Amino acid sequence: MITMIAFYVFAAILVASATLVVSARNPVHSVLFLILAFFNAAGLFLLNGAEFLAMILVIVYVGAVAVLFLFVVMMLDVNFVELREGVQRYAPIGATVGLVLFVELLMVIGGWRFAPAMSTLRASPTQANVQNTAALGDVLYTHNVLLFQLAGLVLLVAMIGAIVLTLRDRSVSRRQVIARQVARSAALSLEMVPMALNAGTPATSFRRPLPAPVAHEAPVAHHGEEH
Amino acid sequence: MAEFFATPIGVLVLLVLEALAILVPLLIGVAYATYAERKILAAIQLRKGPNVVGWFGLLQAFADAGKMLMKETIIPTGANRVLFLLAPMITFTLAMIAWAVIPVNDGWAVAKINVGVLYLFAISSLGVYGIIIAGWASNSKYAFLGALRSAAQMVSYEVSIGFVIVSVLLCVGSLNLNDIVLAQRHIWFCIPLLPMFVVFFISALAETNRSPFDLPEGESEIVAGFFVEYSAMAFALFFLGEYANMFLMSAMTSILFLGGWLAPFGIAPFTWLPGPIWFILKIMLCMFVFIWVRGTFPRYRYDQLMRLGWKVFLPLSLFWLVLTAGFLMATGWLPQGAA
Repeated sequence: MITMIAFYVFAAILVASATLVVSARNPVHSVLFLILAFFNAAGLFLLNGAEFLAMILVIVYVGAVAVLFLFVVMMLDVNFVELREGVQRYAPIGATVGLVLFVELLMVIGGWRFAPAMSTLRASPTQANVQNTAALGDVLYTHNVLLFQLAGLVLLVAMIGAIVLTLRDRSVSRRQVIARQVARSAALSLEMVPMALNAGTPATSFRRPLPAPVAHEAPVAHHGEEH
Repeated sequence: MAEFFATPIGVLVLLVLEALAILVPLLIGVAYATYAERKILAAIQLRKGPNVVGWFGLLQAFADAGKMLMKETIIPTGANRVLFLLAPMITFTLAMIAWAVIPVNDGWAVAKINVGVLYLFAISSLGVYGIIIAGWASNSKYAFLGALRSAAQMVSYEVSIGFVIVSVLLCVGSLNLNDIVLAQRHIWFCIPLLPMFVVFFISALAETNRSPFDLPEGESEIVAGFFVEYSAMAFALFFLGEYANMFLMSAMTSILFLGGWLAPFGIAPFTWLPGPIWFILKIMLCMFVFIWVRGTFPRYRYDQLMRLGWKVFLPLSLFWLVLTAGFLMATGWLPQGAA
């Protein structure tokens, strides 16, 4: 009884917030409704006894992905009037693409045949006495460890690729190299100079104004480096 | 009495009573944590601290609460009203609901769920929403800067917290908080996993936006950061939420590393005190260190904060995780878990 009420509450809020993600005018509100939708999906997972998936959904999607999403959307300067004009102009194209996708999906699902024994397996994907955390771990790390590692490698390649594409080492920017700062000794940065009266400062062996941008080679040359 | 608690209404009443039994002491603790913080900081700085309201200033917390209630809630023009008022509520509620799974003694938790530690991790990673929504809805540049800083900071430090939790889980073989504490009967995890304990505690400071990582508030640069536009009860909710989060992180530290409700060494003079008292004592010790750190260290610069999170803690915790797994595998001490 309570499970049924909970299911309908979660499902109704999920569908409503998913609709609002698309229809909300303010993109920040859209992202917040998306987060609400994630939460309710986690609730539905919980009702199905998949507590590990529910928690991972909240941690990964709500706790990390959606935060970055919100972060970006908040900083965008969106012109709402222009956006609405665009919607009217591109609506026919969007509708056509949607229709094609819908027909394709219908064809795929319509032609799908299940093996006769499938329906018996679906009833209990794991044994009753095994927690689903342990069951998932068994599948991922014991039986399919190679595939899991390969998937991880694909992600690693994508990550390195993204960094390589965006990293620009500008020679003008002055980076703090903590190891170099710590390695400096008093002898390398201080010099005692006898000062004669009315004679001004004699030249020191340290270059006083900051060396020009090509400073990366000489380790000692950074006298006025930021601390 | 026992029959009443078996009926549907009785179950509901019992749930409410259980929730109150954990929230009321928590809120009183929060009230006195503000007092303790002011007193300890005063002692560090050779001042007296609050000493006027009540004996030794003990009623100061309630005087502050009264003041907050009397003040006017100001909503800035151009603020997004709904989100502006929602943000402090989110912060406060998230700080409270995490306590549902904290075991105070063997089996003493409101909800004894199998994935307790993941639940705690999920809730603590949601804490950033209160801050980021507050910063955006205030429609103020200082608040927004604070919110952006906070979002980047909390996401960065969650990564190493996650690895620390995984290395603890490897030693336990269960995600249940009760099992995590019971696995420390012979030795608390702060001894074999000492580097992880240090990483976790420093990340907890960053996760709760405490000094020396309080850049989201950064009084000297961005006024008060994300809550600069808040006043009266809305401000008080942020304040309470921050302290409740500190308590939560202290509780997590004591469950994961300091043996929860277990007495030290498990021998006679220590076991005379009941478990919940030990748990509270450990939380108070962590809270004291939180405040001590605030009184001792200057604030980090932002790029140094990011460097510490991504270039020091992340490789260190990843290395230690692999080391722990390899060690447990080589010695055959890997717990078999529930499966």
